[in-house]
Amino acid sequence: MKVFGIRLPGMSSLLIWGLLWEIFGRAEISFFVPPLSEVFATLFEIFGSAAFQKALYETAYAFFSGVFFAVAIGIPVGIMMGKNRLLDELLLPWVNIFLSAPLTALVPVLMVLFGFGMKSIIITTTLFGIWIIILNARAGVMQINRSLVEMATSFGASSWDAFSKVYFWAALPEILGGVRIGVIRAVKGVIIGQLLISIAGFGALFELYSANFLMSHFWAVLIVLFGMAFTISELLAYMERRVSYYAAKR
Amino acid sequence: MAMLQTSTEPNTQSVSQHDIAVSTRNVSKNYGEVEALKDLTLEFPRGQLTSLLGPSGCGKTTLLKIIAGLLEPTSGEVEVDGKAITGPGPDRAFVFQDFALLPWASVIRNVAFGLELRGVAKSEREAIAEKYIKDVGLGGFEGSFPHELSGGMRQRVGLARALSVDADVLLMDEPFSAVDEQTRRKFQEDLLSLVANENKTFIFVTHSIEEAVYVSDQIAILLPRPSRVSDIIRPTGLREKDMLTIRRDPEYLDIVDEIWASLRSYVE
Repeated sequence: MKVFGIRLPGMSSLLIWGLLWEIFGRAEISFFVPPLSEVFATLFEIFGSAAFQKALYETAYAFFSGVFFAVAIGIPVGIMMGKNRLLDELLLPWVNIFLSAPLTALVPVLMVLFGFGMKSIIITTTLFGIWIIILNARAGVMQINRSLVEMATSFGASSWDAFSKVYFWAALPEILGGVRIGVIRAVKGVIIGQLLISIAGFGALFELYSANFLMSHFWAVLIVLFGMAFTISELLAYMERRVSYYAAKR
Repeated sequence: MAMLQTSTEPNTQSVSQHDIAVSTRNVSKNYGEVEALKDLTLEFPRGQLTSLLGPSGCGKTTLLKIIAGLLEPTSGEVEVDGKAITGPGPDRAFVFQDFALLPWASVIRNVAFGLELRGVAKSEREAIAEKYIKDVGLGGFEGSFPHELSGGMRQRVGLARALSVDADVLLMDEPFSAVDEQTRRKFQEDLLSLVANENKTFIFVTHSIEEAVYVSDQIAILLPRPSRVSDIIRPTGLREKDMLTIRRDPEYLDIVDEIWASLRSYVE
């Protein structure tokens, strides 16, 4: 964007919002909103602490495991649904139900099934992210140009070749879009899991800080979490742009 | 018809001089109630170009895809070199109307893709692909991507891919219909040299009468509802002519008129 002929770098708007936050905090309008500078000071203060490091590790571990399963299961299932009518009819209602279902309400069931530990948190994370990944991979395969499939068939492609050399790449722009949204949903999943299942990781910190009205601590953790989600989402958006040159011409 | 040397008598005579590379025997294809093809029997002489010509809806692309093994006939069979086919095979290669290139792959990978699917080693298949990229006049574009090429260049990639697997039979589904008029003329001339130089059998689907007469050794005219072969025309004197003067040859003009006369009542 250009203002008064000066090109502003991306995300300049964050500076304005940060400034507003600072003013709002200094005016001491609400106890719940400390100045941004104080939040950052707290962030640097707690960043090295053992409690924070442990929370970061626990959250990252649960998050990346959850996302891994969502991606590793979601993409092949979505591609197979897009290729196979029968499988599609069988699974699509469930995918749609889970996509729109309030998954938080399912967490107690998961606790009964899988216990109160890390396993349940990872499964919660996967459940939050996987459905949109499946739907997008499916959509990517369904819009594939029929003659690409015929081309592969006419040159004698095995079904594995067709899957790995044609279907996957043809659906890649949609797949990456799905993974990006799935990852953002998985951030929600991991925090909800940590809050509801076992008080661990960042969930535990949120609980601790808000219960003790340590608002700058609370906001500091939230900013770290936001930063993580934002970085991963931007990374995936970058990968999406890398394949966008052929997304319009398939 | 007789004055065009297209009656069935000289036709059968000249076919018997060649052996038959591909033949369809009583091929029918139904989509539910709809008969796309009915009891179609045709022979395609080796080393020649046969056009399937007809108005839209006459089943010419359906027939081509059945020969390719991409579609299964409801009844009847297709023989290549005297053997009934059961699906796609290395003896046939397909050139697609919309080029069917992998948009994420470079020209060289696209051209080598048929060989890649057949398990040919990378260095070997790229050497073969390079040769055919040069043959179709795309030397220097090996590393380009399809979206960087014009429509005509993309179809040259599609053609190079079909040539590089060295199949005996080349199946072309309206290959020039998606390129502009001038490129199409150049393609038609190149196709004539290809037929003359490569010892391959070409089966060529087109809806353009002029194109069919210009490039073909044999034209099968298909009519719709129910789909059937209404006529087989073999231009006799055009092959020896210079490709630049064919379009004003009396035989060329007569055949074009004759075909139009037989097709016009079927065009909505």
